[in-house]
Amino acid sequence: MSLKGKKAALLGAAAVMMGSSIATFAAQAAEPVKIGMITTLSTGAGYLGDDMRKGFELAIAEQDGKLGGSDINLIVEDDGLKPESARQIATRMIESEHVDLMTGIIFSNVAMAVVPKVVRDGMIYISTNAGPSLLAGAKCDPNYFNAAYQNDNIHEAMGQYVQDQGFKKVYLLAPNYPAGKDALAGFKRYYKGDIVDEVYTKLGQTDYAAEIASLRAAKPDAVFFFYPGGMGINFIKQYAQAGLKDDIPLFGPAFSADEHLVDAVGEAAVGMKNTSHWSHDMNNDASKKFVADYVAKYGAKPSLYSVQGYDAANLIGSAIAAVGGDMSKKDDFRAALKKADFTSVRGNFKFGNNNHPIQDFYVREVVADPDGGFTNKLVGKVFSNHVDAYASECKM
Amino acid sequence: MLLFLEQLLNGLQFGVTLLLMASGLTLIFGIMNLINLAHGSLFMVGAYVGATAIAHGSGFFLGLLAGIAAAALTGMAMELLIMRRLYRRDHLDQVLATFGLILFFNEMVSIIWGRQPVAMNTPDFLSGTVEFIPGAPYPAFRLAVIVTGIVVTGLLYFLVMKTRIGMWIRAGASNREMIGALGVNISLLYTVLFGFGAALAGLAGVMAAPFSAVQSGMGENILILTFVVIVIGGIGSIRGAVAGALLIGLTDTLGRVYIPDLMRLWLPPSVADGTGASLASMLIYILMAVVLAFRPRGLFQTHG
Repeated sequence: MSLKGKKAALLGAAAVMMGSSIATFAAQAAEPVKIGMITTLSTGAGYLGDDMRKGFELAIAEQDGKLGGSDINLIVEDDGLKPESARQIATRMIESEHVDLMTGIIFSNVAMAVVPKVVRDGMIYISTNAGPSLLAGAKCDPNYFNAAYQNDNIHEAMGQYVQDQGFKKVYLLAPNYPAGKDALAGFKRYYKGDIVDEVYTKLGQTDYAAEIASLRAAKPDAVFFFYPGGMGINFIKQYAQAGLKDDIPLFGPAFSADEHLVDAVGEAAVGMKNTSHWSHDMNNDASKKFVADYVAKYGAKPSLYSVQGYDAANLIGSAIAAVGGDMSKKDDFRAALKKADFTSVRGNFKFGNNNHPIQDFYVREVVADPDGGFTNKLVGKVFSNHVDAYASECKM
Repeated sequence: MLLFLEQLLNGLQFGVTLLLMASGLTLIFGIMNLINLAHGSLFMVGAYVGATAIAHGSGFFLGLLAGIAAAALTGMAMELLIMRRLYRRDHLDQVLATFGLILFFNEMVSIIWGRQPVAMNTPDFLSGTVEFIPGAPYPAFRLAVIVTGIVVTGLLYFLVMKTRIGMWIRAGASNREMIGALGVNISLLYTVLFGFGAALAGLAGVMAAPFSAVQSGMGENILILTFVVIVIGGIGSIRGAVAGALLIGLTDTLGRVYIPDLMRLWLPPSVADGTGASLASMLIYILMAVVLAFRPRGLFQTHG
């Protein structure tokens, strides 16, 4: 080989090496997408956020640590159900962690302290649970997407169901806070019969003996109640103990009968009808795979919160894939989110003009699980492609 | 009228649950001069251990004993390891330390039992209703709670008023230094007393578990009311705890039921329900303020 030949070969090798190092450099440049998740992991409501996070992480695990082909750096923080600490966490995530998008808040009062501000400042936020009416109507925002529901929806579905079942005198109970009032407003939007009484109790109340005694004296033919988490457990147990379970049927949203709640209540909850946008026995392949994977990974049943986390992660994945992992293309990312081009375990899912889901709502019934414990069984559909009541107020 | 009777009974039952918590706390607070915010955690420990034992087939009474024993042992361990160091500190340090314990216990139960609430059913022989007010079947379990509360309070009263230990306790409540000088083993008395208060909290926890959610943080709601009870009743006084607990139980229950009705006489229903509910939840604090305005040391004072 001549000297010239040698030089050329060396140059060639160098070029190949440089080429490959450029390639590795490019691979490094595709940094992981940073997702900031603020959620409720402590307090009695800690299992809500915990389930949501498990659903979200399952979606990432199914794609080998990626969503939409990009590596994911998920930063999770507990808000302890305190709006002010959620606000501080949000500031820290944006200013020092430089997250690309945010998600995870469970409670509407916490969401209202964080979401309006961060989306105004240009951060994209995808809700996995809270859907306060304010953010669905006049204050809707192109940076805000709700992958769960608008707060009133699940209660509206129960209003319709109780109406269809021909009940004429209904007794209503809810905690005395904004989501409690939204719940009863949602129910009344579709239920047209008499309302015997409308009772608001203290948030976090543990003993309902007095309310149940008044309820019995009022002789309604059905009871609708919105008590999520521990309040629901207390109420349903005490209602059954008072001997009313077989006389006056209970109706509620899925929050009053999630999988963990009915397990904790046990026999007393059997027969209770509740409305949801999903049920674990839904007949679609995505849902079946989700339930099987979830049980295999965590050894526990998924709840509606797990579903919302899982769907939100897959929604985010679809949009990341659409921009090829380049989070600087914000407009394209938003447009891709809006298309909702992913397979929801809930079946029908698309976004309305206000970036809130248009989806179906179902009735479920609490039954004893043949595998032990208690669970919900799908009974039927109440609404198809249901649009929330505030969409028309949103100018987007 | 029958409904009113039933509501009185509900108020009594709520008062009795509070009393089990308050009598332990008032002894600890009054005699050891220790503010123990973690008393609610002992309530939670009792409920969790009781529910777990029963879920594993121990039966109700064995579960009850397990819950009480677990709470008592946890309480005594707490006293030996932590509280001892706090007696001479001021109240702010005690509040901080025991608040830390609340966080510790809440996290601990979520590590052991998970974040999902734990199930506990009413024992079969108490799951029915008793119709001694015609037309208003009353849950048998709630009656059992009332009876238990009355019996335990009776025993406690006997213990404090008629026995030697009770005499030491009362003497300790009046003058801690003097009883030490008289040769009573104060540190042993404190450990036993703390364990006893914890056992009562554990009993309240197991008794509350069949009709409430057994979950992390369940002790905090009842703790706040318990403090209101002992402040109204007079710190360190068993009689005060009885009076305070019944007063709070009845005021809270009757307030919740009748205030929204009263408000509807003046206000449109939609406004009345919301404000009535808010006012009802403030009622016990208003009561506390009124009592303290006229009797700053509570209804029954112990300290000279």
